[in-house]
Amino acid sequence: MSEEAFISGPYNHSKASISKTMGLVMLALVPATVFGWYQFGLPTIFLFVITILTALLAEAIALKMAGKPVRTFLMDGSAILTGWLLAMTLPPWAPWWIGVLGAFLAIIIGKQVFGGIGQNLFNPAMVARVALLISFPLEMTLFTSPAPLYSQHSPDLMQSLAITFPGLLTEAQSLDGYTGATVLGYLKIEIGRGVDLQQALGSTEPLWNTFWGNIGGSMGETSAILILLGGLFLLYKRIITWIIPVAMLGTLGGLATIFHLVDPQTYIGPMTHLMSGAAILGAFFIATDLVTSPVSVRGQLVFGAGCGLLTFAIRTWTGYPEGVAFAVMLMNACTPLIDHYLKPRIYGRDKKGQPLIYNEEGGKS
Amino acid sequence: MKILDQMKLFKIRGGVHPEDCKNFAAEQGIVDLPMPPLLHIPLQQHIGAPAQPLVKRGDLVKKGQILARSQGLVSAPVHAPTSGRIMGIGGYPAHHASGLLIRTITLKPDEKDQWGKLPAVASDPFQLLPQQIAQRVADAGIVGMGGATFPSAVKLNLRKRYHIDTLVINGAECEPYLTCDDRLMREKPGDVLDGIQLMGHALGVKSTIIAIENNKPQAQNAMFNAAKDFPDVKVVGLPTRYPMGSEKHLVQTLTGKETPARGLTADLGIVVHNVATALAVHEALRFGNPLISRVMTVSGQAIKKPANIRVLIGTPLSHLVDFCGGFVSELERLISGGPMMGQPLPSTRVPVIKGSNGLLALTVDEAKSGEQMPCIRCASCVQACPCGLLPLEMAANIKAGSLDASVNIGLLDCISCGSCAYVCPSHIPLVQYFNYAKGELASRQQVQHKQGETKRLAEARTARMEAIKKAKREAMLKRKEEMKRKKEQEAKKQKEQAEKQQEDKVEASV
Amino acid sequence: MISAILILATLGITMGTLLGIASKYLAVEGNPLQQEIEEMLPGSQCGQCNYPGCTPAAEAIANGDAAITICPPGGKALVESLAEKLGVSVELSDVEEKIPTVAYVHESLCIGCTKCFKRCPTDAIIGGSKQIHAVFADACTGCEKCYDVCPTECIEMRPIQPTLQTWYWPLPNKEGEKMAKAA
Repeated sequence: MSEEAFISGPYNHSKASISKTMGLVMLALVPATVFGWYQFGLPTIFLFVITILTALLAEAIALKMAGKPVRTFLMDGSAILTGWLLAMTLPPWAPWWIGVLGAFLAIIIGKQVFGGIGQNLFNPAMVARVALLISFPLEMTLFTSPAPLYSQHSPDLMQSLAITFPGLLTEAQSLDGYTGATVLGYLKIEIGRGVDLQQALGSTEPLWNTFWGNIGGSMGETSAILILLGGLFLLYKRIITWIIPVAMLGTLGGLATIFHLVDPQTYIGPMTHLMSGAAILGAFFIATDLVTSPVSVRGQLVFGAGCGLLTFAIRTWTGYPEGVAFAVMLMNACTPLIDHYLKPRIYGRDKKGQPLIYNEEGGKS
Repeated sequence: MKILDQMKLFKIRGGVHPEDCKNFAAEQGIVDLPMPPLLHIPLQQHIGAPAQPLVKRGDLVKKGQILARSQGLVSAPVHAPTSGRIMGIGGYPAHHASGLLIRTITLKPDEKDQWGKLPAVASDPFQLLPQQIAQRVADAGIVGMGGATFPSAVKLNLRKRYHIDTLVINGAECEPYLTCDDRLMREKPGDVLDGIQLMGHALGVKSTIIAIENNKPQAQNAMFNAAKDFPDVKVVGLPTRYPMGSEKHLVQTLTGKETPARGLTADLGIVVHNVATALAVHEALRFGNPLISRVMTVSGQAIKKPANIRVLIGTPLSHLVDFCGGFVSELERLISGGPMMGQPLPSTRVPVIKGSNGLLALTVDEAKSGEQMPCIRCASCVQACPCGLLPLEMAANIKAGSLDASVNIGLLDCISCGSCAYVCPSHIPLVQYFNYAKGELASRQQVQHKQGETKRLAEARTARMEAIKKAKREAMLKRKEEMKRKKEQEAKKQKEQAEKQQEDKVEASV
Repeated sequence: MISAILILATLGITMGTLLGIASKYLAVEGNPLQQEIEEMLPGSQCGQCNYPGCTPAAEAIANGDAAITICPPGGKALVESLAEKLGVSVELSDVEEKIPTVAYVHESLCIGCTKCFKRCPTDAIIGGSKQIHAVFADACTGCEKCYDVCPTECIEMRPIQPTLQTWYWPLPNKEGEKMAKAA
């Protein structure tokens, strides 16, 4: 028998483990990621690989400095997942140092300084994205139209290396020939100029394209259907519950519907809101991040609704066309408060925590 | 197609669905164990005060003879499982994770297995008064045999303080590996039903529900057929879920009502008893037999031949293990009970007690302990908890030393079922944190109590000292007074004497 | 600018005056904190804190002259409650949990000198002059005063053994220990 003297039960276990959870999330992201590689070609692949490798490196450095066992924590898959999610939200042709800096920020500042896995207050990928967005607005908003692999527009190996490592191999190339705004970005500018929304919408991609993904944006913003499939896979595997995605998308869609009905010229309609930007990615993969979301059902409802509300508010009334990252981070800050006040009802007690009382006829008081 | 009594069932929150692993022993019929060379019968195999021994070293006893009587209201007597000689009464390793000693009677069987004089049985126990039935159950030493070991007679007497209208028989056996109740229901449905009805009569209930999980269809059939002729006894199938066997959750499934916190199911008018307890009641009331044996499941992949065995109370577990062929693979854990709530045992020297429903020999693969990682706040434990608690928060508070904070979020409502630790992806031993905290709080309460007593004693002593000092002072004052008075008297006397002398002198000179 | 200076000066003077009046008329008499702390201490006047009794110790703790970890019989539970009362934070791992002990008189060595029972603060020792003494284990607090004075050294401080009723599960292996072993 094993030497450890007093180990209490239970002595069997479900097969759950951290690496299994992380692995399943990564599996759910695979369809959208591969599609993104296809859509945007080799530079995207380079950026993706660079981001993830840097995330692993940053995690290893931090663990070593903290004196924790490096191998155990690297193998749990959380660093890879953070890097992957971050790469999904970066512009696909961003230079290499965006990926490196972002991964370092995400792992070191977003996770390790709080105490490592399970201790962070904010979603690490979002911390990095927001920091990069504020510090390097130009590079972070330079989106391209799709240039599918093997098509004419797709850059070849030398060109891709030039895009990802500008100034290192060749002269920094101008990307003007490739750039295109995202749907939300374009609409914001047009509304700002006072152009009629219906007209503006007409000159953007048809909604169908947004759904399938033939539009510009970051890897995670393009194909709504593939992200949705990934999210449904996670639901099926019970890694996440339906509460946060439904609450977030429901609130976003609901608010969009109300405002669009009131003034169709100024407010973007619900389908566009839901299909574009990182709404679906945010609802299924980012807001549902296990560490930073509330633990009770009521808490998750409030959290999801808050994310949806803030996303709508930021998209509509602020200078940023995309609000998911900020919205999620703001709600992450509220999570401890939500957890403190919205606890589940204990068996045998009422909502206030007092023991239940049954009156004579058997009814509950 | 089996037809059971239909009844509206309610859902319980949380719960888990472990692999039931009952196939190892489910088809093994109950066999009797050959007599072991020595029996060790602890004086406390129940909740409540230990029994008081009535025999001493060297006594010869007969089978069924009382060895120790119950002490107080919540207690149970202990009887001799076979005839033989008392070898001694002393400390022996207890059937407990700690390995500490407990006062135990050691009996050497004389191979004759002779019954002693048993109490007279009524020809029709249903004619007895409820308190008479309860008294006979108490005299037979019957305790809850699902593992809780609460004295059954006390539970039967609840009708005095509560209005009881339903008796629920817990045939759920939700723990993996265990099949003893399943086999009992399949092999002796008539006897079990008789015991159930006797208990129902003792409680004065209007209806009886026998609840059996759906993974035991043969047992459901057997009990349904036995109960066919009794309209007030219903046999109901339960969804297979852990912890369906927890009496609070069983009652919630059947009635939709939650037992109030810190209360009993009797508050809802329901009393729950185990299947094996019912059989023991049947034996006691029909034959006068005290509780001296029980059926146990021996299972796990590290044991050669899993079986369901009828053992005498006090049989050393090593005897059981040998009967089942011994250990075959590397034994990782030896557990009393089921894998979810069972206790680890220090060795096989310990005896079988009234509450042992299973002995599990688990291999490394079965025990499935993983490397412990930090909590990732995935809330799987919150989803799994059948009591609506927050295991992750409670464990975090306990780890940080704030036990009071963990009590505020519901530590004392935890039933230690283990569902949370079962699902935790980080393999955190949540239940151990809670058990530690409950023990630590109890220990601090004892310390508080002791401090109160100490203060009282110290104050009493100080008061005593003061009283002594005061008495001394008063005595001193009194003596001073005495001295003063004496001195005055002396002075007066001297004065008188001096005067007298003067007078004498004057007379002499005249 | 002059007006700003005047306004701020007036505000300062007004608030200062108000505070002075409050400190005079709303002052708290004595120190109720000391009373409350004394209630929390064990009260056996054992002197292990190096103060002559629980009252002076409570006074010292209330004044901040003594640390809240000075009372060994109180153990971690007392430190935690004192920390909560005084609103200070304390590193619980520094507190030594003294193993509770109970005095035991070895009767073969006892000469009946009565020195021990006269010193016992809870009257836990019974016995008379020239008679064997014995200890009521339930009343003994392990303060060791008897142990200090016994001339024949017949008193032994025995640790209290756990029984089945007092045993409980220990804290699980700290993950840090296990992790460190793996590193």
